[in-house]
Amino acid sequence: MPRVALFIPCYVDQLYPAVGLATARLLERLGCEVVFPEEQTCCGQPMANAGFDADAAPLARRFVEVFAPYEHVVCPSGSCTSMVRNHYDGLVPAGPGLERVKRSTYELCEFLVDVLGVTRLEGRYPHKVGLHQSCHGLRELGLGTPSERVLPPSSKVAGLLAGLEGLELVSLTRPDECCGFGGTFAVAEEAVSCLMGRDRIADHVQAGAEIITGTDVSCLMHLEGLARRRREPVTFRHVAEILAEATA
Amino acid sequence: MTAGHAERAARFAADEPRAHWHDQALWFVRLKRDRMAQAVPGWEELRERAARIKAHTRSHLADYLEQFERNATAHGAVVHWARDAEEHNAIVHRILSGRGVTRLVKSKSMLTEECHLNPYLEARGIEVVDTDLGERIVQLAGEPPSHIVLPAIHKKKEEIGELFHDKLGTPAGLADPKQLTEAARGHLRQKFLAAQAGLTGVNFAVAETGAVVVCTNEGNADMGTSLPPIHVACMGVEKVIPRARDLGVFLRLLARSATGQPVTTYTSHFQGPIRGGELHVVIVDNGRSRLLADETLRGSLACIRCGACMNTCPVFRRSGGYSYDWIVPGPIGIVLATARDPVRHASLPMASTLCGSCDAVCPVRIPLHDLILARRRSAARAGAGGLAKRLTMKVAGLVLGSRTLYVLAGKLARGVGRRAPRGLLYGRWNAWGRQRELPPLPAESFRERWRKERAREVRRG
Repeated sequence: MPRVALFIPCYVDQLYPAVGLATARLLERLGCEVVFPEEQTCCGQPMANAGFDADAAPLARRFVEVFAPYEHVVCPSGSCTSMVRNHYDGLVPAGPGLERVKRSTYELCEFLVDVLGVTRLEGRYPHKVGLHQSCHGLRELGLGTPSERVLPPSSKVAGLLAGLEGLELVSLTRPDECCGFGGTFAVAEEAVSCLMGRDRIADHVQAGAEIITGTDVSCLMHLEGLARRRREPVTFRHVAEILAEATA
Repeated sequence: MTAGHAERAARFAADEPRAHWHDQALWFVRLKRDRMAQAVPGWEELRERAARIKAHTRSHLADYLEQFERNATAHGAVVHWARDAEEHNAIVHRILSGRGVTRLVKSKSMLTEECHLNPYLEARGIEVVDTDLGERIVQLAGEPPSHIVLPAIHKKKEEIGELFHDKLGTPAGLADPKQLTEAARGHLRQKFLAAQAGLTGVNFAVAETGAVVVCTNEGNADMGTSLPPIHVACMGVEKVIPRARDLGVFLRLLARSATGQPVTTYTSHFQGPIRGGELHVVIVDNGRSRLLADETLRGSLACIRCGACMNTCPVFRRSGGYSYDWIVPGPIGIVLATARDPVRHASLPMASTLCGSCDAVCPVRIPLHDLILARRRSAARAGAGGLAKRLTMKVAGLVLGSRTLYVLAGKLARGVGRRAPRGLLYGRWNAWGRQRELPPLPAESFRERWRKERAREVRRG
């Protein structure tokens, strides 16, 4: 039975506890022993993303200390996973601890497909779903093939969703355009950020999506905030929630 | 602090129909690029090859430039070296004025835009006519280009009709692209015939052969260099490539990435002057050596100015070229502009969501979003964003770095947020809330609920 340490990003912990619980339930249902190291706080991405490496470094070092003992670390966020895997060099002194944590930290869908070898989940979710492919998961972690690249098409997240009975993935005119969240960008460049987000929502709505999902609740929080203000006819669920609910 | 990218972008985005029109126009080019790239077997290998050729050339730049000079000179060209924009302009002026040139036709050259050559020559009595259609449009409008490949992409055809009516005497209300192009063509034909010299940019300079290669779609570089006897070609030091066969790599990538064409309509090779004429090649540094010396930024010298990163950038498409306030806008522009003047361009590193689409389209594999992040780091070290931002980051770092403080701050913030009246929560201070709702705040965090659930399970045991 794989032992999994949950890495619950700070904003998921504080704002979206249901996403963390869905992640845990799903992993347990798939036979994992799930633990939550309570010493964890934040991976440091908010500071690092804004260029403040000196403020991010202590958090990164702390993360490596907290998670080094675990064989598998699983996170319901592509962006935070990428922070650990792709941006810790230079923040954390090189060494076996860092290398181990970089290797052992997975985004949830990636873990299901690559480590647990899940090809199809038994479950039912009779809804029209739009998949928002968050950029860091897609282009930094390689959860799928970005539309810019000339490589065989693939998507670990879409694969898991499409396997659910009754779930229809709607087809978007722009399958992987950024939603405009971008961390501090959401506030620093509020006008363009919101225009980008509204354009994404419009694409999902015209495609007939009832529910918009994705690997990152940060992007979904931005999109949902815009959609609720404008009373758009869509709801938002993290992919962990859909997978957990469908397989319940 | 003066207005930065965010303010300029907000102005552009405020005209939503226009921002959407601009976005669609460039997205259309991105889709054409995708179709072309998909049709080339080994596209990704081609990008990798191009990146390696550029990296190799960079690491032997002086040798290849000197080899180019020897071979170009042997074929009868005159090679000039310019340390900066000022020297470049003075050299071009000296060549022209020494030969009594008062009428110059130019094909597209971002380098001469970078050096502000046009006003320099005009102030010294030389008429400069940009002959690329888009460049001519912005020149007539008295504007800089808003995109390096599509200089007038920000203008609608009706606006161009008005401009031509005003400047070229076309009938009022003309908005048919074909008729407008014909009008420009007739106007430019006179300029070509009257010109005494032609100036072009350079897409590639081949060290092995001493030839310069110029890619255009309108044939204007060819008209401008075959009618008048004097050809001045201006290039940045990074344009040199080692061998003629390397062209096969870059020419396959350039037009496909830039406009979604298999190749530019004209790819002209200039090896020595035309009979009885002169060919001058001006090689310009203007800050490029400083980029080369910087381990992180030197990769940006690989740029072949295709503009693909602009067409794909979701921020560029919705903020317009002028919002970058620099001759090269978009993702590569953020890197180049801040390398040149980090203080003036302090807001540019934030003009990106770091979505990485630019890296993925770049035909020479410049890791653009990593470089933009690196520019944020430099900006942060230099104190950009002011004391408030530094302090926010410091405090956030301290709170998030301590489990006790983090749990306490989270609980407090949620508690306050849940009880605060909407008017306060969505006050002017809240940039998030101008167009967006805040997420509903849960009473308990994940860790609280997790602990309770586990305790229940243990009791149930």
